[in-house]
Amino acid sequence: MNLCPAVKNILLLDSEGNRVASKFFTDDWPTNKAKEAFEKAVFTKTQKTNARTEAEITMFEDNIIVYKFVQDLHFFVTGGEDENEMILATVLQGFFDAVAILLRDNVDKREALENLDLILLCIDEIVDGGIILETDASSIASKVSTNSIDSAAPLSEQTLSQALTTAREHLVRSLLQ
Amino acid sequence: MAQPLVKKDDDRDEEADYSPFLGIEKGAVLQEARVFNDPQLDARRCSQVITKLLYLLNQGDSFTKVEATEVFFAVTKLFQSKDNGLRRMVYLIIKDLSPSADEVIIVTSSLMKDMNSRTDMYRANAIRVLCRITDGTLLTQIERYLKQAIVDKNPVVASAALVSGIHLLQTTPEIVKRWSNEVQEAVQSRAALVQFHALALLHQIRQNDRLAVSKLVTSLTKGAVRSPLAQCLLIRYTSQVIRETGVNSQTGDRPFYDYLESCLRHKAEMVIFEAAKAITELSNVTTRELTPAITVLQLLLSSSKPVLRFAAVRTLNKVAMTHPMAVTNCNIDMESLISDQNRSIATLAITTLLKTGNESSVDRLMKQITNFMSDIADEFKIVVVEAIRSLCLKFPLKYRSLMNFLSNILREEGGFEYKKAIVDSVVLLIRDIPDAKESGLLHLCEFIEDCEFTYLSTQILHFLGNEGPKTSDPSKYIRYIYNRVILENATVRASAVSTLAKFGALVDSLKPRIFILLRRCLFDNDDEVRDRATLYLNSLGDGSVAETDKDVKEFLFGSLDIPLTNMETTLRNYAQNPTEEPFDINSVPREVKSLPLVEKKAPGKKPTPLGPPPPAPTSASDAYERLLSSIPEFANFGKLFKSSVPVELTEAETEYAVNVVKHIFDHYVVFQYNCTNTIPEQLLENVTVIVDASEAEEFSEVGVKPLKSLPYDTPAQTFVAFERPEGTPAVGKFSNTLRFTVKEVDTSTGEAEDDGVEDEYQLEDFEVVAADYILKVGVSNFRNAWESMDPDTERIDEYGLGPRESLVEAVNAVISLLGLQPCEGTETVPNNSRSHACLLSGVYIGNAKVLVRLSFGMDSSKEVAMKLAVRSDDVNVSEAIHEIVASG
Repeated sequence: MNLCPAVKNILLLDSEGNRVASKFFTDDWPTNKAKEAFEKAVFTKTQKTNARTEAEITMFEDNIIVYKFVQDLHFFVTGGEDENEMILATVLQGFFDAVAILLRDNVDKREALENLDLILLCIDEIVDGGIILETDASSIASKVSTNSIDSAAPLSEQTLSQALTTAREHLVRSLLQ
Repeated sequence: MAQPLVKKDDDRDEEADYSPFLGIEKGAVLQEARVFNDPQLDARRCSQVITKLLYLLNQGDSFTKVEATEVFFAVTKLFQSKDNGLRRMVYLIIKDLSPSADEVIIVTSSLMKDMNSRTDMYRANAIRVLCRITDGTLLTQIERYLKQAIVDKNPVVASAALVSGIHLLQTTPEIVKRWSNEVQEAVQSRAALVQFHALALLHQIRQNDRLAVSKLVTSLTKGAVRSPLAQCLLIRYTSQVIRETGVNSQTGDRPFYDYLESCLRHKAEMVIFEAAKAITELSNVTTRELTPAITVLQLLLSSSKPVLRFAAVRTLNKVAMTHPMAVTNCNIDMESLISDQNRSIATLAITTLLKTGNESSVDRLMKQITNFMSDIADEFKIVVVEAIRSLCLKFPLKYRSLMNFLSNILREEGGFEYKKAIVDSVVLLIRDIPDAKESGLLHLCEFIEDCEFTYLSTQILHFLGNEGPKTSDPSKYIRYIYNRVILENATVRASAVSTLAKFGALVDSLKPRIFILLRRCLFDNDDEVRDRATLYLNSLGDGSVAETDKDVKEFLFGSLDIPLTNMETTLRNYAQNPTEEPFDINSVPREVKSLPLVEKKAPGKKPTPLGPPPPAPTSASDAYERLLSSIPEFANFGKLFKSSVPVELTEAETEYAVNVVKHIFDHYVVFQYNCTNTIPEQLLENVTVIVDASEAEEFSEVGVKPLKSLPYDTPAQTFVAFERPEGTPAVGKFSNTLRFTVKEVDTSTGEAEDDGVEDEYQLEDFEVVAADYILKVGVSNFRNAWESMDPDTERIDEYGLGPRESLVEAVNAVISLLGLQPCEGTETVPNNSRSHACLLSGVYIGNAKVLVRLSFGMDSSKEVAMKLAVRSDDVNVSEAIHEIVASG
């Protein structure tokens, strides 16, 4: 018997229930179709609730689902029915806050997609194969952002300065040669 | 040219549905992935392409084998880049591509280099990636590094290695188990999460060693556990240890309870809750132990966070099933939750209140629930309906308001599951509360007037046919039933016809009118409907007001006392082998085929003995009958009544494996000894079993069928037959000795020597018990079957069963003593319950049907008392059953 707290999946959906980034850690949903159906079902079930100030919670098909919404993004963390609800809520909070740090508080779908690499790294730092790696938002964010290409530059401006950076890198390289 | 990842800012506002991945196409991205091969790597651009690839994978786009391989090879080139961010993305995509074994080799060396890098981030991630994609053979190569990593001073690296260890334990346990020393060291780590991961891994390594787990728990509950997560884990392990050790019988104290209680005062909510939950789930938890946990949960009920309220109310809901009194203190907090914004919380609160509420609060609760029902989803409604059902049975006097509630919600919109739950509840009420019958039946009639579910309509019609005729005014139901014949689909029409016939059979005054209705059904356009109408018209007599034959009634109301699966197989066989003879229902075997028990032990732990696998249960009885009738000595013994399951007479893995099957005939008992010789160097000849029946006085030996030869690993049988007084359930103990001539065999040639030596081998004793004379035969509707038996045959008595560990144990003991078939799932006893009713049925030797009702009760000192009521075809059999219990 495995007693270790386990996360079944982490979902980040948009305001229409479409996937922005999702990770499934169990084989309960073997195909993409099953995954999408689950996401849709979870989305529909929680859509009408107000999970903007406090994380909300519900049960769906023997899964505990904790969730929180901001702007047009819906954050979900799910676990088995015997899981400690508060552990799942802690994971959700870690995910939610880490994303806020990484996106410099501009948390919406557009920003999330533009920085999808950060979001995916963020999920990767929170849970590994269902086992919780880290729940502290600032630790998660720092692990993710030390990896970013140019951590010195503010992330929101980074996209604009892309051309410049590329040019600079080229220059440096040609100088080194 | 590929689409740039980023658009200009002013574009964004115009496009509402802007996405950097808009119009992304797999083919184009795969083209873009060629930049990975550039000699001058552009790290940023490569990262962007990887992000696009990951986006595609995450959206569920799948790459073909060729595409995946191509991408994977291209990605491996990126290890040349020194860019941290790019490396991170490379790790991510390698995990997502899940490369095949031969591809893994390509990146192994790069990853191993990273595993030993000075950059902590590289080490941690390389470990996770490598362990994810590697297989057992590679693992031995990197094992050394992993052991180092577990005790690495960087917590992220240590955690990565430990978590990877947890995953690897599933696939290659033998390697991970070698790391215990390092893991043990990591448990002492000052880093909170390292301790958590180390604890999880250490426990999994040792989970089969109870003593080690117990030691681990003992030492850690005293020491400092740093993270709340590790604390939660420790609480789970502690309750596991508590479950396995049980209560200290002298002091009545539970080991480690104090630790759990101290966790209730922890500063982290998740630990408090985990501890409270653990306490409520202790087996046979006492009120004194529960109280502190309930107090903590009660506080959580008024938390501002929905998650906390939900967790608390869900746990209290579970407690209310077993200890409703303990939860009543929370009722006021619970009532305020009925209006909670979160409907899941509200539903849980209501169902908890329904369980803990007292009679006076029912009306008030129902009012609150009625307002609430309209705005919750079906699944919640079902939960509420089920709670109300059990409430009805608890407070039968309140049936009026509850029935009203049910009929109201029955009229509202709802899906199948929901309606079914309501109908089931109404049916249950009608059955158990006689006063509720008439109103309940009318509610059901109204419901089928406008019911879209065929299944429910037929169920209700069937039920109406059984219950309707017994009411004060049966005629008022006819209209509803006949409406079905006019309005519904063929399945419902056919059921309605059967229901009409039942009214006709039981209510003589209605018979002429029923006949008119049935005759109209003869013109139905469906075969089944016409057939049924014809059948009933013919069997009910001539349509005059006269009493219906008893046989006809039995035909209409009697339940089919043959297991349906057996019926199905026999019919299928009959259809496959066409004969002139009509199908004989008596040819259907009545024995309930037990499901093969699932082997609980881990496979591979114990080598399977050489003996034959036990005969497959599905064909066992047929096979035995054929085997026995083929032996001339036993051919005149009559019909085989029952064959027992094989009883082992030797320990596993001994020289000779022997088990016995007891075949019971009316007059005789035949013991079939299944023998297996497990010694390759021996051949056994003239094998017999010498049976000493001195402790079985009523039996006298009548025949022996020896076994000519028993070569190595070829199972064969020898038989011994006994006569016993006809019809009586004679019992006794038999001791056995295997006697044979043993010959040496040359294993190289397989030839046996000519001379043999006489030898004996002591076997274990076995008994013929009362249960051997009872066939397990289930009935589909116990209540109907019970009522159709003659009440004069009923024998009731009470027995004290003495102190028992639990009710489950007492119930199982009685069931196995009697050897009867438990009906309607009544053999399962809910956890912690203090009383239980169990229904059993079977056939006693001499083909007497037996039904048994058992009521168990347990008092505070664990003394179990049992009331046993038996009905059977024969009073003597009823008495015999009591005798079995009295002497057992």
